[in-house]
This record gives sequence, structure tokens and C-alpha cells, in this order.
Amino acid sequence: MKRGSQYVALVAYVVFLAFPLVWLLSTALKTPQEMALADPTWIPREPTLANFSAAFGEQDLVGAALRSLVVALFSSVITVLISLPASYAMARYRSLLNRIAIGWVLVSQVFPFILIIIPLFLILRDLELVNTLPGLVIVHVTFTLPFALWMLQGYVRAVPHELEEAAAVDGATRLRSIASVVAPLLAPGVVATLLFAFISSWNEFMFALVMLQNPDVMTLPLTLVRFTGPEGVVRLGPLAAASLMATIPSLIFFAIIQRRLKSGLMAGAVKG
Amino acid sequence: MRIKSALAAAAILTLAAACGGGDGGGGGSSSSGSDEPVKINFLSLAWQKESVAANRQLVDEWNKANPKIQVTYVQGSWDNVNDQLVTQFAGGTAPDVIHNDSPALSGFASDGYLLDLSDKLPAELKSDIPQAAWDTVTFDGGKGQQGVYGVPFLQESQVIIANKKLLDAAKVRVPTPEEPWTWDEFSEAAKKMTKDGTYGVAWALKSPVNKTLNLALNFGGTFFQTADGKTTVKVGPEEREVLQRIHDQLHKDKSADPGALGLGAADPLSTFYEGKFAMLPAGVYLRQQVVEQAPDGFEWVTLPGPKGTTAEQGAVSQTLSIAQDSKHPDESMKFISFFLNGANQAKLAKGDWLLPTSQTAAADPAMTTKENGWDVATASAKNLVVAPFLKVNGFDEWKSKVATPVLQEYFGNKITIDEAAAKLVEDGNKVLERYQR
Repeated sequence: MKRGSQYVALVAYVVFLAFPLVWLLSTALKTPQEMALADPTWIPREPTLANFSAAFGEQDLVGAALRSLVVALFSSVITVLISLPASYAMARYRSLLNRIAIGWVLVSQVFPFILIIIPLFLILRDLELVNTLPGLVIVHVTFTLPFALWMLQGYVRAVPHELEEAAAVDGATRLRSIASVVAPLLAPGVVATLLFAFISSWNEFMFALVMLQNPDVMTLPLTLVRFTGPEGVVRLGPLAAASLMATIPSLIFFAIIQRRLKSGLMAGAVKG
Repeated sequence: MRIKSALAAAAILTLAAACGGGDGGGGGSSSSGSDEPVKINFLSLAWQKESVAANRQLVDEWNKANPKIQVTYVQGSWDNVNDQLVTQFAGGTAPDVIHNDSPALSGFASDGYLLDLSDKLPAELKSDIPQAAWDTVTFDGGKGQQGVYGVPFLQESQVIIANKKLLDAAKVRVPTPEEPWTWDEFSEAAKKMTKDGTYGVAWALKSPVNKTLNLALNFGGTFFQTADGKTTVKVGPEEREVLQRIHDQLHKDKSADPGALGLGAADPLSTFYEGKFAMLPAGVYLRQQVVEQAPDGFEWVTLPGPKGTTAEQGAVSQTLSIAQDSKHPDESMKFISFFLNGANQAKLAKGDWLLPTSQTAAADPAMTTKENGWDVATASAKNLVVAPFLKVNGFDEWKSKVATPVLQEYFGNKITIDEAAAKLVEDGNKVLERYQR
């Protein structure tokens, strides 16, 4: 009985999560007339691919997706490469500097976005990074880093210190114990952080909007918004088709690395 | 292993992207040598399929005919354009030619971000667009002088989209641009069409302010008055007239569908096709959605908006402006003159289902055909005058913090017209006062 209710809850949760995606698919396959029906249907009566051909025919969705992919991959990998050692230091070394650093990470999150966008834009302009993908990667890394640090720090703290001490007793240097003992245990944390950074970058709109003017470097969110008009009026069919396609790379990325997103690796690592 | 492969692929892609994209610089509007073509960035907010196609076609035509002045078409978005421009203006990297609407120009002009076009406008372009449209782009440039900060090219009027079958069945006089309904006739027609579960009209007033303020001019209602350089809110008999008449349709005559009241402009269309109501007062652009979505066999017509003591409606314009920091203002002006000539304005207006400001364009057969109500829509342009709120500092805040909630309460029958008027004036003046210190 208990297991049955668990399954019911699980199914309800999956339906809840899948609802937007299924609705998007249904809308993308509908004709404008069917979209305007007062009683919406789940399954299109006359499925059509016209919305997909309109979306792909009118906008360079493939090129934009490719550029978004490059930016998101680089942003997420660089974020993890920087935040991994930094979070280790923040978690393991207790000093005034450490506390200041943690405080700064937290404080940096409270600055409103609009407060920093103009100064940041001016700096990037002086560095000739406006209108370039490397410039956007730098911005995305900058904005993802504080939360990534905070996130990874929690994972590092969860690795028992005794494991490193045991490695030291066996003759391992600190670097060796980090590489051979701590790093493998941090894999789920690294994957989670990588996912967070990837999705943040993949979805990011405002900085890309301000920084990228050249149509040849525009990312996917900037391309999707071209199907929207003033005061919330949208071209729903092509927008749904394009949005559906935009979710696929994230799903693939998640599918590739989700197997490493395991918990419980450290269960029983330290006795007593 | 897979992650390594993904990283390698990403590195390759980055190299490709770095080679292929970006100008590495800021605005992208400079040219490096005398033989190099001048490069102009044109930020367009066109979003309808036909409109984007028309924009691209015109840019291509220009680029072919003018190898020394090359225009890059950049597609932006109405929702975010002002955030984008604020940053790019501050950074000196704004596009050379900017598509926007006239309410947004006032602030940018007074901050010195837009070029005063007064001395640059070619005579032909200037004379082709009526003064009422130029009034929508004439603002204080921040130093006390009035300037023209854009070329107005598309406008929107309010019409009535009607279900032909229900209209015919009611046996009412069908209004024409020459003889539109009076508001009394409109109310009577709505009452006649209200029967058997069908309402005569649907007012989609999720965002009630601009629509009601524009229509208030039918009775001379301006909502703002300026004396001794100070602007205040006024809600007298003229301003109350349209508000009261819509309220009566909703709550006294019960000829207006109460279910539509909280909806956005396009939201009632699904029930319109089903015959739940007969008439939908709406902007002329909404005809495009009806053409695209209406089920086979659904017959509809475009009727002119009702008139009060006058048929005037307030209007704002879509505009093309030139950034103050543009390195090529003269070339940008040449491009705008080409882009907005009569023939081209007709193409743009048709693509966006809006009204051209150009008189030449308004005479284009595409603008006067009976098909899809273009004749009625285009004829309504003669009633457009500059919206009185356009030049009121603090209007946006008054609209969002005071007028929108007050009008929603009033149309929802939660407060009386006197209470609504008092709130609009008292709370509104507090808002406006801050902008005039």
C-alpha cells in the first residue's frame, strides 16, 4: 500500500514536471486555428510541421544553438575548474581571509543585476570583448562562479577530513590525497555544479542581449525572442517549435552526465 | 571519456565561432579606410513574419544599390529594447539606426542619446508625413530646445472587429468611415446583439489605460492639463464619458462580456470565433491574428471606431531614430529616407498590419483594398492625433501604479466613477509632482 502511494506520488511528480514539455510539443504541432480554440486539445487534430519549418526557415536556429552550446560548455567547464580548488580552500582552511571570502561571495549575490550591467559593459567594451563569444563566456563565468563556489564548498565539507588524514598516514602528500581521495568523492558535486553552470549559461538572456549586436554571434535566447511582439503578443507556433528544439541540447547534456550524479558514495566511509 | 570528447568538440567549435563571428569591437559602425564601405547597424523590432520579410527585403535592396553604405539588419525585441538601449547608449555602442516607439524617445532624447533630426530631414520625407505624426516625435532635447528625435512611420488606431453573421442578424446600420456609429448607436447595437447567451461586445481591458485614454479623445478627454509649466491629472466630464459608457455596457446594459474584462487584447479571439460575443474593439493590428486563426467559414468585418463629439483618437508612432554617437548620421538619414519612402512604408505597414504615416503609402492600393478591412483601417488614420499622455513626465509610473489598478477596479464595479476619478487625480498628482521637482 505504502509502495503504491509512492508510485502514485512519483507519477504525479513526473506529470507535473513533464507538463510544460508536453504542452510545448502539442502546441508546436498545431495549426494557428487549433491554437485559437477555446477548448484546447492535448493531441493535435491535424498535426503539422509548419511551425518547425517556419521557425527554422525564418531564423538561424542551428547556428544560434551551436554558439549557445560553445558558450555554455566553456562557461561551465571554466566555472568548475576555478571553483573546485577555490571551494576546497574555502572549506578546509579556517582563517579571517577565508571568512571574508565567503562573506564576499554571499554579498556579491545581493547586488541587483541592473546595478552592475552598465559598468561591466563598459569594462568589456574597453577590453574589446563586446560582440564576442569569449566576452560572453567571461561574463557567464563571473556570474555563475559565486553560487558554484558555494555549492561545491558544501560538497567538500561533506568529505570527511579523516579520509585525508588516513591518506596522509599512508604517506600521501596533500596534493596526492586531494587527487586520489577527495576528487573522486566530489564527482557528484562537480557534475551538479557543471549542470548548474551549463543551464545558467544556456538560458542567459540579458547580458547576451546587451553584449551581442552582430547577428552572426547571437545566441539561442536572443533568437527565440524574435518570435515575440509587444505587450506579450507572440507567434506561438514557431516559438513553441523553436523552444522545443532549444530544450534538446540541455536534455542531451544532462543525459550524458547524469550517471555521475550519484549520492551515497561516502556512506560508511568513516566508522563511528 | 565522453566528457573529454565533448571538451575537444567544444574547443573546435569555439575556434570556428571565433573565426567566423564578431567584429571584436564595440558598435560595429565604423569604417577603417576611405575605400571601405560605411557600415550601419539597423536595430529593427519587426517580428511578424511578413514584416520581417519586408524589412529584410528593403535592407537587401538598399545594400545592392548602395555598395558604399552597407546596412546590417539586427533584429531586436519589443520587450527588452529599452533595457538594451540604456546600456548600449551608456557604452557608446548603440546601433546607428534604431526602431522604437515614440513614448520611449522622450527619455532618450532628454538624456542626449538621440540625434535631433530637424535639420537632416529631406523635404520630401517631411512633407509626406502629416504634422500630427511629427508631433509624436517632437520632444525637449534636455537643454530646453524642441527637436525631432525620430521619423514616425507606423501608427495604430482602434477599430471594431465584428462577427458579420451576428452583425447582419441584428439588422443595425453598418457604420462606415464616413458615417461611423456614435457611442449611443454603438451601445444600442451592442444591446441588440446581446441575446441567447451572446454578448454584443467584449472589452479586453487587462491593460486598460492606453486604450481608454486614446478613446477618451472622442469626447475631448485629455486626462492631463498643464498650467504654469506644471502638469496635473484631470478627470472631468470629458474624461469620464468613455469610461462611463464602457462601464454601462458591462454593468448596466450587460451587453459586454464580463469574462473578457481581465483578458489581454488577443485573448478573447478564441471565444469570438465561437460567437460568444459579436464585436471586439481592438487595435488594427489584431486583424492579422483573425486572418491567421479564424476557422474556415467564419465571416468578419472591420468597423470604424465610434465617435463622440469628435472621432479623434490618441496615437503614438513607431519610429526610426539615429543614435547621437553614430559615426555616420548622414548616411543613416539617407538610409531612413529610402526605408520610409511612400512605397516602402506601404510594404512595412502591410507586414505589420498597422497604418503608415506616409500619405503616399496610405494611397497605395494595398492600403485601401476592402480585403481584410484595410480600407476602414487606413481611413481611420485621419482621426489620429498625438496622444495627450505622450509628453507627460511620469506617465509610465502613473499608468502602472495608479491608473491601471484604479481603472481595473472601476470596470470591475468595485468603485464608483467619483471614487475612480478622485484616486486618479489625487494619487496621480503625487506621482507627477515628483517628476516636476
